[in-house]
Amino acid sequence: MPAVSKGDGMRGLAVFISDIRNCKSKEAEIKRINKELANIRSKFKGDKALDGYSKKKYVCKLLFIFLLGHDIDFGHMEAVNLLSSNKYTEKQIGYLFISVLVNSNSELIRLINNAIKNDLSSRNPTFMCLALHCIANVGSREMAEAFAGEIPRILVAGDTMDSVKQSAALCLLRLYKTSPDLVMMGEWTSRVVHLLNDQHMGVVTAAISLITCLSQKNPDEFKTCVSLAVSRLSRIVSSASTDLQDYTYYFVPAPWLSCKLLRLLQCYPPPEDGAVKGRLVECLETILNKAQEPPKSKKVQHSNAKNAILFEAISLIIHYDSEPNLLVRACNQLGQFLQHRETNLRYLALESMCTLASSEFSHEAVKTHIETVINALKTERDVSVRQRAADLLYAMCDRSNAKQIVAEMLSYLETADYSIREEMVLKVAILAEKYAVDYSWYVDTILNLIRIAGDYVSEEVWYRVIQIVINRDDVQGYAAKTVFEALQAPACHENMVKVGGYILGEFGNLIAGDPRSSPLVQFNLLHSKFHLCSVPTRALLLSAYIKFINLFPETKATIQEVLRCDSQIRNSDVELQQRAVEYLKLSSIASTDVLATVLEEMPPFPERESSILAKLKKKKGPGAVSVTELEDNKREGGELNGASERGPEMAAVAASNASTPSPSADLLGIRSAAPIGGALTSAGSLLVDVFSEAAPTASSAAVNDDGFLSAAPSSEDPAAPLSDADELLNKFVCKNNGVLFENQLLQIGIKSEYRQNLGRMYLFYGNKTSVQFASFSTTVSCPGELQGHILDISTKPVEPLVEGGAQIQQVLNIECLTDFCDAPLLNIKFRYGGALQNLTLKLPVTINKFFQPTEMTSHDFFQRWKQLSQPQQEAQKIFKANNSMDTEVLKAKLLGLGTALLENIDPNPENYVCAGVIQTKSQQIGCLLRLEPNAQAQMYRLTLRCSKDSVSKRLCDLLAEQF
Amino acid sequence: MQFMLLFSRQGKLRLQKWYVPLSDKEKKKITRELVQTILARKPKMCSFLEWRDLKIVYKRYASLYFCCAVEDQDNELITLEIIHRYVELLDKYFGSVCELDIIFNFEKAYFILDEFLLGGEAQETSKKNVLKAIEQADLLQEVRPPHDLYHMLTKTMFMVVCFSGLDLNAN
Repeated sequence: MPAVSKGDGMRGLAVFISDIRNCKSKEAEIKRINKELANIRSKFKGDKALDGYSKKKYVCKLLFIFLLGHDIDFGHMEAVNLLSSNKYTEKQIGYLFISVLVNSNSELIRLINNAIKNDLSSRNPTFMCLALHCIANVGSREMAEAFAGEIPRILVAGDTMDSVKQSAALCLLRLYKTSPDLVMMGEWTSRVVHLLNDQHMGVVTAAISLITCLSQKNPDEFKTCVSLAVSRLSRIVSSASTDLQDYTYYFVPAPWLSCKLLRLLQCYPPPEDGAVKGRLVECLETILNKAQEPPKSKKVQHSNAKNAILFEAISLIIHYDSEPNLLVRACNQLGQFLQHRETNLRYLALESMCTLASSEFSHEAVKTHIETVINALKTERDVSVRQRAADLLYAMCDRSNAKQIVAEMLSYLETADYSIREEMVLKVAILAEKYAVDYSWYVDTILNLIRIAGDYVSEEVWYRVIQIVINRDDVQGYAAKTVFEALQAPACHENMVKVGGYILGEFGNLIAGDPRSSPLVQFNLLHSKFHLCSVPTRALLLSAYIKFINLFPETKATIQEVLRCDSQIRNSDVELQQRAVEYLKLSSIASTDVLATVLEEMPPFPERESSILAKLKKKKGPGAVSVTELEDNKREGGELNGASERGPEMAAVAASNASTPSPSADLLGIRSAAPIGGALTSAGSLLVDVFSEAAPTASSAAVNDDGFLSAAPSSEDPAAPLSDADELLNKFVCKNNGVLFENQLLQIGIKSEYRQNLGRMYLFYGNKTSVQFASFSTTVSCPGELQGHILDISTKPVEPLVEGGAQIQQVLNIECLTDFCDAPLLNIKFRYGGALQNLTLKLPVTINKFFQPTEMTSHDFFQRWKQLSQPQQEAQKIFKANNSMDTEVLKAKLLGLGTALLENIDPNPENYVCAGVIQTKSQQIGCLLRLEPNAQAQMYRLTLRCSKDSVSKRLCDLLAEQF
Repeated sequence: MQFMLLFSRQGKLRLQKWYVPLSDKEKKKITRELVQTILARKPKMCSFLEWRDLKIVYKRYASLYFCCAVEDQDNELITLEIIHRYVELLDKYFGSVCELDIIFNFEKAYFILDEFLLGGEAQETSKKNVLKAIEQADLLQEVRPPHDLYHMLTKTMFMVVCFSGLDLNAN
């Protein structure tokens, strides 16, 4: 490095940057940087005190090196020293370094805050601005603690310079965003609102961002801003293009401020004051009118700025959703943009129309553009624009155009970009279901979906078609016929085979009269696909075969032959082998009657929210669901809470339990009865897992002795339970299925069933990422006294690897020995991209799960109520309603609790009365419950009387969180 | 606005401004991902894209891409014009700005940005006022403005392959 003399700018820096730019390779660059770092380090450590200029230069070099992407671990102290320099340029570089490279070194933060404090009180506006910029750039909590009180004062002080006010407003905004609790509302708030009237446009522009954010959080406190914002907007909108001088941008007066004003108004409902509202409507009309005027400039900046205001105005019109005239005008304006030559405008018009489609006033107007939108879907060259077109088609779909839209989306799917196929499939599936007038169209559509985009048809979609076919007997024959035809194709997607296997297994008889689809033809067709399919599909087909034996006795010999062959009965896959063996045995020993009972047609599925819709919502976030859908869901009532959908598999399991006397106690018993459920289970085959665990539980005494089995020894201690573990637990008191936990990586679903003092819980661990989880292990432990004495939980280890996007399951067998309070803990550990994830949840095993409902008469109830009259046997709570007090919702919850809901017992028909017996191994505990809602006060009184006092208390605590 | 990135056609990051707290690792990941995504897009494609739960607004000026990430409720078109106004400010300050100006005077590019946007929101949209603030600061320096230095140094001392200015009407 040549010696650099002071006064020559930062020549050393320029030379260094040039050196770096001349480096031919990455290695050379690193070498040059290391040399420079060594040099700077020696300078900083040297005996000779550096002058301010050199310090500034070196700090600037470090900054440059950092911005190149290299780590910097020194120089902070020198930067902090620069802050207290009285030379502006040195101070400025010091602040820049701190803003870019701040670290949480507490010692430094104190020094930095000191320097900032000095500059803030210097009354030198340039220094004050630098300090405020630094706070706004860093925005750390420590800074909020130090300055959240001071900045509002600077902001509203009468003698503060405009430029300082601007910085102070945005600085405060940043602090409010990071630490809202530290920014106290006070006397300054009303004065901040009046900054909207400030004569300096820059001050208004900066202040309005702050006011908008504060209004979102404290709408009442800031509502005076509405009329101020309207009058400011009106002044801007009606001003001539040159009035605002430098705030006019390409002939558009104050576009940034106009957008912000319109944005602020969207925090509030339409103004109540007629005059204000009239003025605002006038503004909006002027903005719409201006869009029709010829442009004042050909520059894109002119049209962008003008249209930015237009789109923001349209957002406000949509937000108000009360001015039909404006909504329709907005829609027409957007319609013009749909064919604009600017891609940006087409994109935004499609996006904005999506929200217009959900307003009842403009839905019809949006629909008139259907042909243009379909055309966009077909011809736009940019996939993101096509995506918007698809979204809009989805939003504008209703009964009148569903067939056209679904057909267009299906044909688009054939060539659609891979990235959007899955979502398209979900949307088509939802529209087809929602607007199906005749279900044969629905079935056709879904089968087409599988044909066109089989790989993107998720389980939810094909589960759903099966649920609907099973629930609607008018479509079963058609479904069987169609799926039979679809399977004729030489190459058909595996999902088609699944649907085919399931539907023919259930309803093949409906088309068996036609010799072209006689039972044997059906069977041979299915079986011709068998060898090309994956294990889960083959398992499903085996179940279809056993159903065939019941439907068509004449196929029995052929099918038994197939089951008997080595490739089935000795299949290396345990599950397939087991099914083959069991089905073969079942078909040969059971009488026709037994077979008919066991293999009876599937019962209808309970109607609930479409699982596909839930999936789409999850994919796109709540914002993506149009208003109409939300309303539809509301009509479906409380079911939304039970977002856990029952796929055909679960239903099959449930069916099996109905006919199995005891789910876990008698493993042999369950074995013989197994095929009932197993026969129907499809891919996941829950029951089979239960069977395969029979051996280890029986043979390994250790497992039972421990009461739980930890999956894999791990050196790290299990994490403490999540802070919201109790909340998660409370969600499951009145329901058995659902999503227990979800974060960005992992989803844990639960399905559980209880009988007497026994329970079985299926845990589904879903990897939400595309990356494998390694060393995946789970441990169930019972805290304190629970272990071994009170709850007996057994399980077996899970697979240590969970592939990206895959789901694995684990089965827990639970035995309740005596009553208990604490929930068992589930600890999950895995490595995601090298980092250990460790989390602990409470398993939703609560004492009420072991309830047996007890029906009784009014007389009996009150007699028992009196018998349980000792004070400690009763527990009572009076609490505020946290949820809807709707009768049906309450009833559903009380039934979910596991007790019998007794009608006509309580003299007051508003009250609810329940009775049940908790089954533990050691004793039975009778429980009576009375819930008295007071709708007026939004309060409840809950009383429990149990034969054991600890149970009364526990139940009372649990239930008080539920209503 | 959550962050602004300036990068070259070769994918080299020239300026980064983050308005939300993120770890260095996360910043690098985001940068890599966005640079890749945007460089892969064709010229006539639309300037907006959905990315994670944010909206990306970008525009190319000569060899430089300007890319902003804004939140869902933010206005895309006005963000495009934020970018343009920033380019105008750089242009006016450096006098027909080009990529090299931003490389050699990165600190100035940051100072100008801080006068224009603070905490991710517009602080002062008047070109005149922003430049006035910067020029006042320059007056406080005892040396010549660095762009003179750059013109003296780089354009003569080093062989510079032709870098056109950031054409204000480009793309």
